[in-house]
Amino acid sequence: MNTAQAGRSHFTYVLRLADTNLVLAQRLGELIGHAPALEEDLGLGNTALDLLGQARLLLTHAGSIEGRGRDEDTLAYFRNEDEFVNATLVEQPNGDFGDTIARQFLFDAWQLPLYERLATSGDTGLAAIAAKGVKEARYHLRYSSGWILRLGDGTAESHARVQGSLERLWPFTAELFHADDIDREMRAAGIGADLDAVRSDWERQVAATLAEATLERPGDRPWRWFGKRGEHGEHLGRVLAQMQVLQRAHPGARW
Amino acid sequence: MTTSRDWPLYEVFLRARGGLDHKHVGSLHAVDARMALEHARDVYTRRQEGISLWVVKSSEIVASDPAEADAFFEPARDKIYRHPTFYDIPDEVKTL
Repeated sequence: MNTAQAGRSHFTYVLRLADTNLVLAQRLGELIGHAPALEEDLGLGNTALDLLGQARLLLTHAGSIEGRGRDEDTLAYFRNEDEFVNATLVEQPNGDFGDTIARQFLFDAWQLPLYERLATSGDTGLAAIAAKGVKEARYHLRYSSGWILRLGDGTAESHARVQGSLERLWPFTAELFHADDIDREMRAAGIGADLDAVRSDWERQVAATLAEATLERPGDRPWRWFGKRGEHGEHLGRVLAQMQVLQRAHPGARW
Repeated sequence: MTTSRDWPLYEVFLRARGGLDHKHVGSLHAVDARMALEHARDVYTRRQEGISLWVVKSSEIVASDPAEADAFFEPARDKIYRHPTFYDIPDEVKTL
């Protein structure tokens, strides 16, 4: 493999992490002023800001790997839908509070073990970002798993609704652990994480929390989502339209 | 539909840094102690205000009655000899 190809894979690998954080931060940002309680508004907003902060570092890092002068803003605001390589899970709509929490829990339980491994990546820039992110991810998981427990082990209605949320979102989790050529190449280069190991940590965390919450682990089903290849469903376009409209209408605008 | 107004009220106490006492900083609504602690973190420590949090259900606090304030607090007023103002405090002691 030539150096240019390896650089391209490295760029895409970091960009996938960045986009996944960026899109989820944007989704959570939609809830500001609309969460069920003032305190939840701040809690979800804090999580969004943590994820956005990580996304900024990751985008900047990706831009420097690419070496074509694209900074975090250029990458965030001036790429189109098919150039975004986020996991499909995070572009799913906020839905009701159970949907938001289920999406967050499935995501947090993935991001924490992923960051724990990336903290020792051979890419020292990525390792530093992941090491900082571990503490944030640990808190996010505490928050979202707490809500899974309350909703699952709450009323009959909250139980049924959050179980439904898990069923709907579950198929999107398969992509998180599916290693493609880029994942394998980066793993072999000592940069990427071992997704099988991440998966076993994720399974353990999810099984323990769902059991305590009296919820059932949904069955695995065939899936066909490849957000990380730039193949998206109907939702991402609207997320990006809202996120990018200002910079596209007034390029370089600052406040 | 229940809202956060139906959730129990918790009082929040924050220790700003090591060596200081926890101080009352406010209150919030939460359905259980774990959520109260998370809300306290999210509401009161966003700007690095502290290193330790306590939360306690407001209903668990036994408060003095303002109507009894005279009986409670007036008798101490004319007993200045209880104040340790006759000692020299070393400069090195910062947080007494």
